[in-house]
Amino acid sequence: MTQTPILTTEGLEKRFGGVVAARDISVALHAGETVAVIGSNGAGKTTFVNMVTGYLKPSAGKISFRGRDITGMSPRDTARAGIRRSFQISQIFPELTALENAMIAEIAALETKGSLSSHAITDARMHAARGVLARFGLEKFADTRVATLPQGVKKQLDIAMAAVDDPAVILLDEPTSGVSVDEKISMMESVITPLMNGEGTVLFIEHDMDIVSRFASRTIAFYEGTILADGPTEEVLRNDEVRKYVIGGTAHA
Amino acid sequence: MTQTMMKTDFRREPVYIAVLALLLIAGFFLPSWLRFLLQTALAGGLVALGVAIQMRAGLVNFGQGLYYCLGGYAVGLLSAKLGITDVFVLLASAVVVALLAGALLGLLLARYREIFYAMLSLAVSMILYGVLVKAAALGSTDGFNVPPVTYLGWLPEREIRADVVYTLAAVLVVVSCLVVARYLRSGAGMLCEAVAENEIRLEYLGASPKRIVFFVIVTAAGISGLGGGLLAISTGHVDPLMTNWTTSGGFVFVALLAGRGSTIAPVIGFFLLELVQTYALDIAPNAWQMILGAVMLAAILLLPGGLWSLIDRRGKA
Amino acid sequence: MLKFTAIMLDGLNYSAWLFLVAVGLTLIYGVMRILNIAHGAFYAIGAYVCASTLGLYYGAGLPEALAFLAMGLVALIAGVVLGLAVERGVLRFLYGKDEVLMVLVTYALFLILGDAVKLIWGVESYFVYQPYAYFGFVEIGGLPYQVYDLLMVVLAVVLGVALWFWLERSRMGRMTTAVVADREISAAMGINVKRIFATTFAIGTFFAVVGGAVTAPKIAVTPGIGVEVIILAFAVVVIGGLGSIPGAAIGAVFAGYARALSVHLAPEFELFAIYAVMAAVLAVRPHGLFAKVSGRKI
Repeated sequence: MTQTPILTTEGLEKRFGGVVAARDISVALHAGETVAVIGSNGAGKTTFVNMVTGYLKPSAGKISFRGRDITGMSPRDTARAGIRRSFQISQIFPELTALENAMIAEIAALETKGSLSSHAITDARMHAARGVLARFGLEKFADTRVATLPQGVKKQLDIAMAAVDDPAVILLDEPTSGVSVDEKISMMESVITPLMNGEGTVLFIEHDMDIVSRFASRTIAFYEGTILADGPTEEVLRNDEVRKYVIGGTAHA
Repeated sequence: MTQTMMKTDFRREPVYIAVLALLLIAGFFLPSWLRFLLQTALAGGLVALGVAIQMRAGLVNFGQGLYYCLGGYAVGLLSAKLGITDVFVLLASAVVVALLAGALLGLLLARYREIFYAMLSLAVSMILYGVLVKAAALGSTDGFNVPPVTYLGWLPEREIRADVVYTLAAVLVVVSCLVVARYLRSGAGMLCEAVAENEIRLEYLGASPKRIVFFVIVTAAGISGLGGGLLAISTGHVDPLMTNWTTSGGFVFVALLAGRGSTIAPVIGFFLLELVQTYALDIAPNAWQMILGAVMLAAILLLPGGLWSLIDRRGKA
Repeated sequence: MLKFTAIMLDGLNYSAWLFLVAVGLTLIYGVMRILNIAHGAFYAIGAYVCASTLGLYYGAGLPEALAFLAMGLVALIAGVVLGLAVERGVLRFLYGKDEVLMVLVTYALFLILGDAVKLIWGVESYFVYQPYAYFGFVEIGGLPYQVYDLLMVVLAVVLGVALWFWLERSRMGRMTTAVVADREISAAMGINVKRIFATTFAIGTFFAVVGGAVTAPKIAVTPGIGVEVIILAFAVVVIGGLGSIPGAAIGAVFAGYARALSVHLAPEFELFAIYAVMAAVLAVRPHGLFAKVSGRKI
């Protein structure tokens, strides 16, 4: 990997009072990578994502995106810079239709580019919003009020919204949690495939090692707030420590 | 395609044209007292519409009368004290004053939601009330009279003055409703709904809920200011009651009852409220507020899932 | 110098008054999450009840010194009856509803009670100056000052301390504090939340009624006196942080002195001054001095 990483963190640390939730997290993500983050509950995975997307301010350390220091930036500014995320508990607009949800994501993306005046709902924009749904296989729900959709579809929509405007980095917080076991793989396929077709970097938190080895070329294993291993998925999953502390731990979680 | 998609469809210009035609025709036939009532209700209806716009963003403004009053006093002061009588200059000033006040307050209020928003806006409107009540130069509680207006230099004959003002009010109010309808069905309107539903999501999409709310406040202020200006011109009088909280409470009540279907609905709702009030004040002058309060309470108690659910959409993601 | 003394004393007096009218509002909000606009109506009713009672009392030629006992007794009865009537009659059907909806509900109650006052007492003014004049003046730093106004400060402190003792020391009070901290856990622990709500509302109402009752001898009791109260009380509790009782005390002092300063230096800006202080506080602490800021969870 000779190319410059798009997103790097150096020595990130997060303390809540006396509790250290994350310590010495140094990661470099490259354009186009698909990275899985594994680790048992409380290992610091979500804390990491929350720091990178601006929800939590790191207690120490530095985050750089495209060579620019973005440490401590607000969620909105990180989103504007090109880092988007989805949520473990889907964050959508429940009383609106899926198409309206996608439309809002489109308009918000336009706003990030400063085109305030162009708030009109043109046919072109409507088309773009439909395109977003189609890309993630959600077009059949276009006119459905999303509160009534099944959990998995809500999460897909959440991810689809994050993916509007092809962000450079997209972080998915447990995309398959709350989805039944036999649907996990098809769900991942429907979201990861369109994401990988873009140029963006995809990072997802996952507990299911089958999904990790299937979809991620690289895996970062977290344990008690630090990085235990970081490398090609096959290697990481074979790593003894990872097997002992992470996979062993999650198998029963 | 667009029409089937939007939950609330405002793309019905013909409806607005029909309403305007109806208003103008009715203007010839209605007894003058009723037409006058209708005219003042049109003016106040714009303020109710201003409240309704904010409700789209999940915000209840308990002090919208502030802008109503500012618009009215702007017209009153310019005409009575400075001798400017051109209706277009006056109304434009009413809107500008309200917009400026909205922008100023918006800076403070845009970060608040729920009861803080409701109560702070109420408080600010009552400060203006307190100031005006004590302002002897402006007639204190009595307010002051507004001279007849001119139209680009033309002062209509006394007999037709009321007709001209009525026509102007009808046209401006319906056009305003149409403009607001377009605003609501634009992306900006959609972002309002998004604020009401899930601000966190919006922020992570890169949008600024605060800025969206700011624009909602300013927009609502502008049309309410126009309403106040129209009232001043219609009645030839302004007084501090315009910013009293019972006035604002009436707007909230109407906006709540009017729902989200149409921007005309708050205007019609406000007319009905005024009509009921006129009779109620005749029959029981000291029980009008009691009646209004009881109806509000009944509406809330008996329709718990109905009316309120229209705006209470926060945090159900 | 006299002006300075006057500002100091008036500030103290205003603070005491503001505390009396605001503490019930913040207590009810803290425990029940209801921002009770009808609080202003309770205040007005307190003033009217006091005026009527004292009118009858003096009319009957009873001893003047015991009038204060009558005031206190009437305020207590009116507060408890009114509070329980509103809580049992209306509010209990709406627990758990949205906070803004509850503002609408209590606003409706305010309108109803406001007209009820007019129907019962008419629109004429009531004057009962006797208790105010009873104690006469005392000279402080060369300034003659109404003893009654100083006693109001004592009353506010006594009632404030009593409330604090009740919350901290009594079983019921501690359970109330527990409900404020976490109502779900409290309910699970078997605390009777309903009873606590009823008690809290009655106590909060009592404070509003007392506020009105002790003010009645100083003013012309007329329709509409409740409006200003809710606007001022709201400013006080916002400065201190909604739901915080120490906050109400601090907020009352801030607002009380802001008001005293403006009354003596720039009387037109009285209401403005209090809100300027509030705006300044909110600029630094968006939810008031003692507010517990709950972070948004994702």
